[in-house]
Amino acid sequence: MIIEHPLLGPRDAAEFVYLGDASLIHRPSKDDTNAAVAFLEYQYLRDNPAGLHRELWYHEQGDRSWLVVTRNTVTHEITDVQLAKDVARSEGRSR
Amino acid sequence: MSQERSQLNRLDGGLINRDEPLNFSFNGQMYQGYTGDTLASALLANGQRFIGRSFKYHRPRGIFSAGSEEPNALVELGKGAHQEPNTRATVTELFDGLTATSQNHRGPLKFDVMAANDFLSPFLSAGFYYKTFMWPKAFWEKLYEPIIRKSAGLGSLSGQDDPDLYDKGFLHCDLLVIGAGPAGLWSALKAGRSGARVVIADEDFLPGGRLNAESHTINDTRGAEWAVQIAAELRSLPNVRLMTRATVYGAYDHGVYGALERKTDHLPSADGKPRQVLWRIYTKRALLTAGSTERSIAFGNNDRPGVMLAGAVRTYVNRYAVAPGKSVAVFTNNHDGWRTAHDLSAQGVNVSAVIDTRSIAAPMNLPGAAIVMGGEVSNTSGRSGLTGITLSSGQTIKADCLAVSGGWNPNVHLTCHQRGRPTWNNEISAFVPGENLPKGMSVAGAANGALSLSEVFASADTTVNQLLNELQLSADSAPTPTTSDDLVNIQPFWHVKNTKDRCWVDLQNDVTTKDIDQSRREGFHAVEHLKRYTTMGMATDQGKTSNVLGLAIMAEFAEQSIPQTGTTIFRPPFTPVAISAMAGRSRGKDFRPTRHTPSHQWAEEQGAVFVEVGAWLRAQWFPQPGETHWRESVDREVTATRESVGVCDVTTLGKIDIQGADAGEFLDRVYANTFGTLAVGKVRYGLMLREDGIVMDDGTTARMGEHHYVMTTTTANAVGVFRHLEFCRQCLWPDLDVHLISATEQWAQYAVAGPNSRKLLENIVDPEFDISNDAFPFMACANITVCGGIAARLFRISFSGEMAYEIAVPTRYGDSMIRALMQAGEPYNVVPYGTEALGVMRVEKGHAAGNELVGTTTALNLGLGRMVSKKKDCIGNVLSEREGLNTDDAIRLVGFKPVNTADSLVAGSHFVSGGRDATTENDEGWMSSVVYSPSMGHSIGIGFLTKGHERLGETLSAVNPLRNERIEVEVVSAHFVDPDGERLRG
Amino acid sequence: MRYSAFQILKEGLTGNKGWKKIWREPEPKTEYDIIIVGGGGHGLATAHYLAKEHGITNVAVLEKGWLGSGNIGRNTTIIRSNYLLPGNEPFYELSLKLWEGLEQDFNYNAMVSQRGILNLAHSDAQRDAYTRRGNAMHMAGADAQLLDANGVKKLCPFLNFDNARFPIKGGLWQPRGGTVRHDAVAWGYAHGADSRGVDIIQNCEVTGFQMNNGQCEGVHTSKGSIKAKKVAVCVAGSSSRVMEQAGLRLPIESHVLQAFVSEGLKPVIPGVVTFGAGHFYVSQSDKGGLVFGGDIDGYNSYAQRGNLPVVEDVCEGGVALMPMIGRARLLRTWGGVMDMSMDGSPFIDKTSIPGLYFNGGWCYGGFKATPASGWCYAHLLATDNPHPTASQMRLDRFITGRMMDEKGMGAQPNLH
Repeated sequence: MIIEHPLLGPRDAAEFVYLGDASLIHRPSKDDTNAAVAFLEYQYLRDNPAGLHRELWYHEQGDRSWLVVTRNTVTHEITDVQLAKDVARSEGRSR
Repeated sequence: MSQERSQLNRLDGGLINRDEPLNFSFNGQMYQGYTGDTLASALLANGQRFIGRSFKYHRPRGIFSAGSEEPNALVELGKGAHQEPNTRATVTELFDGLTATSQNHRGPLKFDVMAANDFLSPFLSAGFYYKTFMWPKAFWEKLYEPIIRKSAGLGSLSGQDDPDLYDKGFLHCDLLVIGAGPAGLWSALKAGRSGARVVIADEDFLPGGRLNAESHTINDTRGAEWAVQIAAELRSLPNVRLMTRATVYGAYDHGVYGALERKTDHLPSADGKPRQVLWRIYTKRALLTAGSTERSIAFGNNDRPGVMLAGAVRTYVNRYAVAPGKSVAVFTNNHDGWRTAHDLSAQGVNVSAVIDTRSIAAPMNLPGAAIVMGGEVSNTSGRSGLTGITLSSGQTIKADCLAVSGGWNPNVHLTCHQRGRPTWNNEISAFVPGENLPKGMSVAGAANGALSLSEVFASADTTVNQLLNELQLSADSAPTPTTSDDLVNIQPFWHVKNTKDRCWVDLQNDVTTKDIDQSRREGFHAVEHLKRYTTMGMATDQGKTSNVLGLAIMAEFAEQSIPQTGTTIFRPPFTPVAISAMAGRSRGKDFRPTRHTPSHQWAEEQGAVFVEVGAWLRAQWFPQPGETHWRESVDREVTATRESVGVCDVTTLGKIDIQGADAGEFLDRVYANTFGTLAVGKVRYGLMLREDGIVMDDGTTARMGEHHYVMTTTTANAVGVFRHLEFCRQCLWPDLDVHLISATEQWAQYAVAGPNSRKLLENIVDPEFDISNDAFPFMACANITVCGGIAARLFRISFSGEMAYEIAVPTRYGDSMIRALMQAGEPYNVVPYGTEALGVMRVEKGHAAGNELVGTTTALNLGLGRMVSKKKDCIGNVLSEREGLNTDDAIRLVGFKPVNTADSLVAGSHFVSGGRDATTENDEGWMSSVVYSPSMGHSIGIGFLTKGHERLGETLSAVNPLRNERIEVEVVSAHFVDPDGERLRG
Repeated sequence: MRYSAFQILKEGLTGNKGWKKIWREPEPKTEYDIIIVGGGGHGLATAHYLAKEHGITNVAVLEKGWLGSGNIGRNTTIIRSNYLLPGNEPFYELSLKLWEGLEQDFNYNAMVSQRGILNLAHSDAQRDAYTRRGNAMHMAGADAQLLDANGVKKLCPFLNFDNARFPIKGGLWQPRGGTVRHDAVAWGYAHGADSRGVDIIQNCEVTGFQMNNGQCEGVHTSKGSIKAKKVAVCVAGSSSRVMEQAGLRLPIESHVLQAFVSEGLKPVIPGVVTFGAGHFYVSQSDKGGLVFGGDIDGYNSYAQRGNLPVVEDVCEGGVALMPMIGRARLLRTWGGVMDMSMDGSPFIDKTSIPGLYFNGGWCYGGFKATPASGWCYAHLLATDNPHPTASQMRLDRFITGRMMDEKGMGAQPNLH
């Protein structure tokens, strides 16, 4: 597979390390009400679609960027790649 | 060799070089062929038809095809370590000195004792082995299976290491053209002329594909000539790479293709060059012009040597100038068989008959040949090779070769590699590429169902124009070549029903029409069931000549259409690829890169014994003259360190440089314990959890400045921890002001441990830095200089439990540093110590390491539960509070010593108390690490025991059923040496 | 029909005309006691044991494609019980014992071949871990031997002992491990279940669950709606997709695992060998092919195919470990969709929906588990109590913190 790195252009997927569902960006807080349940769902219940999947890849053999890749799990076609940092910010993560 | 035997069947013409005769041997007999021959063509030239034995019935097998689809003519090529089993004679390029032997027979090829299987065939029908060999129970493995295993298999490996060299390469192109037949050559030429970066690859050593095998003309030139001209132009274009002997074996995601190029297989010796190169080709577009493969017709005893595909017969006659027989009959259901008859006649080979299943007027006149329209061949004769055929009418005809054409199957294989399904085309009675091709792939020519040459060119021209358009290049306007034409005009005919004899479908695996019928009757009518039950298409040819035939026959038996019956798809690789080629140079010592520590060269000079630690090689111990056992060396290193001073290279520990205004806050979130409060110039032990509350790693982090920390990780987790921290930084808290750099390889780091460690360092550290206990106490750190101004970092930390430091210098000074340290330590009899002594000392101190941090242990288990802050929000602390991780009977890390101190403990023993049996129910934990402690004078261990911390002083059994051992041990504190930590503060 | 040597003789002498269908091909009834969703190895085994051990035969197995088309038809055929944790090891040992009596049980020769499995150790830490594991196996009644390098050399003299990047220090040897002809397991269980009255319905895709007051009362299928007192899902890589139709999310990700087979060769490899310093394991089939595999590709996938880096990685491991296989040729590669759970261990459990049961999360260890999975699932379905050896394979174990993480990788499915 080839991942179109937003900064570095097309790179072979073998340069990357895969983590999983991009929902892992949305770590709950210990201070949330019902934090125990929130952490359980965060950690163990992820989307596992047959189709479009937003997922985290890490450019370990490259610039060490975490990326959010939108990929179809049936065809492996990649339709979108963004820096995870940008995605995290745009989805409300900050400090 | 005797010249008389030589090349009796050689004809005039052909694409061979008669000026270059080549000697080769088959089954010990010497023969001669020419440059341009394959092993198969050379054997046929010498009248050799009987090449091997089939898989199940050990029936005689000859040469069936002239290409990579060959199911029959498999040989063991080469001798000794070079022996290569299951090699297709039909694609083995002849070279001088080639040696080949037949395979899959016991005794001589002609008198294979296993041929008895053939007489038992009624009892060896499809799936017979699933239905018997079950009684008595023990007999399957003791008796039946060993016999089956021994008889199965085809060729044999030499058992020796593969002596050849293999390489890998990477290519990038706008257009990959797969197959250099007429469609491929024309497409590559147009694309090349347009300026596209083109790679065109063909499995053959000669570009041209079927043009080399046929008598076609293109633009009034012979087809093979035209191919030579086009290939020459392609080779002259700098933007085109024409690869021969290169098989594109797989289509992978995002336009990545795998190809295998055979570099020296056709030469007598590799001469130090790689035998094969595995290419990964990155493409914008790919054009599959892989042609088509002829299929057979199933009729009685259609498996004898001498029964060949009609197109292959033309290949031997036209390309190799070999007559596959002296009297050739043709059996066909389309016009193709007639072309064979025509070409044979043109070369002066006797055509004894043409039997055409179609009830139409004979398409051509063939004086001297029996022409039977609407006829069927029902049986053949000839024990080890064809001697004659029998028609359904009862007529018999003499023939030593029967050319069979059942139609052509487009080579759709690569279109299926991403699970695309071909669709049935009634007009040509074959599967053609379906809708869902791999992205970026187009198909043209015969591979797309265009079976006549003019159609091939038209299809290629349209397709390549479209592709160039997509690539935003303008196509050259050269007119499409004009050609002689050839109609196929097929009327499907799959198998002769009117015969009592077995009709083969899969020649290699011995699957007959009867097996297909039986399979259907037993309920295995799904195509995949059929394949799995009968093994049809599972042989080394992956069913290239049998799958469609078998499917069609199943459809007939089931009285339904072929599309209703199913389809058949193909998986990579297109043709088998040597495992060595897939491995390339990553084998032996080069299997994985080796990381050397900065003191490696010095340690080698000292005669160190090295050990693999992940990718690193570390000094394990440093044997001294007279030491005969590793324990002697290790005990000495431990004792000398504890008594005076020792030095150890600890560079392999991960080092992560952490800077930024929020660096302290960041550490507070990724460590379970608190770091924000750490003073500048101080080091703290840190415990890192995974989000699921399990311990991920531990190490020390030093605060070098207001906004600057240096973290260490374990060697094993250096990469993973860094990745995790980057995840936290980029994905969880993108606006924290913190930056990370892995500095593991930038700093050479040495532990200097023992009561004289300070004295030693005082000889190294520049005098302006005070490292006295008061100025630089336990857990201090500082940026200093050493050896007259070289920047260094000093940490007062201890893994050994002794007064100890770790000193880090830029890696380029690493070698000098170890030498300087050893020199400075001479007055104190400094010793270098390796990973074994390091391990002994850490167990003596009860420090957890790799054997304890196994990814299932919690801080509580390690006795570090109180380090997990309940106040702050850090990775892992919420889930670490789950009930199941905090039960009263949770395991705890404690120490163990043998009640009888002469006993040696064993890591991996389990604990059982009260003399109970060693069973899962009684299991109370396990011993994780064991060493011989020279300090204690006996074996000691640490391990995890249920409620261990409450059981100090208790005696229980460490059981080791693997060795039938049971050792009584006492539960003790894990801190065997200096439990109060006085030494490290000294 | 019963299969025997006599039957083969009789049929052979009469032209093999008398063979009957191995299973019936019934149309679905309107209602069953139990519907099993998924006609793979585990589903068919469950049906077989429900009928044979519990006398429950009003059962249908619904398969969306052809019977055995999932992972039972695309695995590397290994059986073993060399697990570590008390929640796993007794279960896999039960499975191995069931394998040992399987053929007589279902009257079909699945060619259970106990030629042994060898896990190689390349470091002291690995040897310690294998000691712990081997002892755990013994304590659960399984067999295991710890070999030193010489012991390994006796078994497999062809391994790379002289020039290895990661030298072989020893290994854990389970003589009772081995291989089984995988397709025949599906066919045998189907034959066993069918002959006791279970309806096996192919080409019948479940499209939804019939829910009534929060209770599952049947399924909707491509062949119409079918009622059932209990619905037992058993669909491996499709677990998330199927259970989503009941509104349930699972601690499972679907990943692709590739497998490989070489051309047929005369016997060279005695049992199963696994490399401890790379991703490679291998055995040799009765037909002579080297059947080998490595690690999953590592990304979520339902595509049943993988990519080149893993193919090359696996072959690198193979040639590094046994350089003599280098000239053997890779004949075929394929991929299967693995139901990778969050701790690497499976589930056999009731769900939060009454009447709906779940079996899945087998990662790439599902094949060897087939008999015990069927046995324990049948037990759960028949008695509504978990079987003792599967009592920890619960869906709620992440809530309680009782994970069964054999590899210690945490909640990262692609590392298990």
